[in-house]
Amino acid sequence: MEQGKAIVITSGKGGVGKTTTTANLGTALALLGKKVCLIDADIGLRNLDVVMGLENRIVYDLVDVVEEQCRLEQALIKDKRNEKLFLLPAAQTRDKDAVTEEQMQQMIGELKERMDYILVDSPAGIEQGFRNAIAGADKAIIITTPEVSAVRDADRIIGMVEAEGVHDPELIINRIRRDMVERGDMMNIDDMLEILAIEILGVIPEDEGIVVSTNRGEPIVLSNNHLAGKAFNNIARRLEGEEIPLMKLENNDSFLVKIKKFVGLN
Amino acid sequence: MAISILERIRDFFTEEEKKESGSSNVAKERLQFILVQDRIKLSPQQMEEMKAELIEVITRYVEVDKSKIDMDISREEEKMAMVANFPLKKQQK
Repeated sequence: MEQGKAIVITSGKGGVGKTTTTANLGTALALLGKKVCLIDADIGLRNLDVVMGLENRIVYDLVDVVEEQCRLEQALIKDKRNEKLFLLPAAQTRDKDAVTEEQMQQMIGELKERMDYILVDSPAGIEQGFRNAIAGADKAIIITTPEVSAVRDADRIIGMVEAEGVHDPELIINRIRRDMVERGDMMNIDDMLEILAIEILGVIPEDEGIVVSTNRGEPIVLSNNHLAGKAFNNIARRLEGEEIPLMKLENNDSFLVKIKKFVGLN
Repeated sequence: MAISILERIRDFFTEEEKKESGSSNVAKERLQFILVQDRIKLSPQQMEEMKAELIEVITRYVEVDKSKIDMDISREEEKMAMVANFPLKKQQK
């Protein structure tokens, strides 16, 4: 079997959607028939299990594996909806220094033997937890939202990821609001790409459905009628090498369409 | 009702204008400025000091119009450049 690919999902700033993205991209890749392992590298603040709805199934965690309290297979939780999807949860009662970069590298190396994709959910920040998360990665995905603070931190993280030898990271812009971009109150995609000088992997529209899906512990890619779910599915297919154009979020309405909208015909 | 229609008419014609004056432009400009400082790791104060020293060196050799000196760090593609403009004072002959 060909070796799997390890992808770290990181951001710098917290709260921009790393965990949501990890859960949804993993689920989307598994729906495409790929064998996927999600790793929660946020030791001490685990959340990926909750977003996946698997919090009741945890027996062992990542720290147990590196400390050899259990075998790797024993700690992997099988997803309840998709048999090709697995989760390696973070330890909740330990801190980020419980694991070293070498241990992460070795563990990811083992997982690459039996998975198509390993998605590592990185903690926020630029400390040891972040370095552990990118230790075994072949590729990095940077998440940002269209805010000054998030883009600033993304720039910092892009530099650090490249310094650690993970080249050509790609960007996902999360929580973009078409209406605000249209009225000039939110930076658009081109603004951010110009500033960060990075390739774009995908754009996720702001979607209330994300809150609902997190409440239920069911990734939004599993429901068919959400734009955010569609956007995550598109990204998974791009990772698989398909060429899928970015979702249309900007207003390119013609004058006629504008008039129709104005008089309420559209 | 009448007001809302008037507002819609106004919005319709000022849409493009608003795009120019919206806060996204402010965000972009602020970000560009912040990232320059992050990337070259100079504080605004250090920038001012550097500027003052450069002016001192240059004025030792030529007369410049101090009020019109302009210094900026710009970024094109992947390269950053510091662009400084020191207008010379007109020679009095």
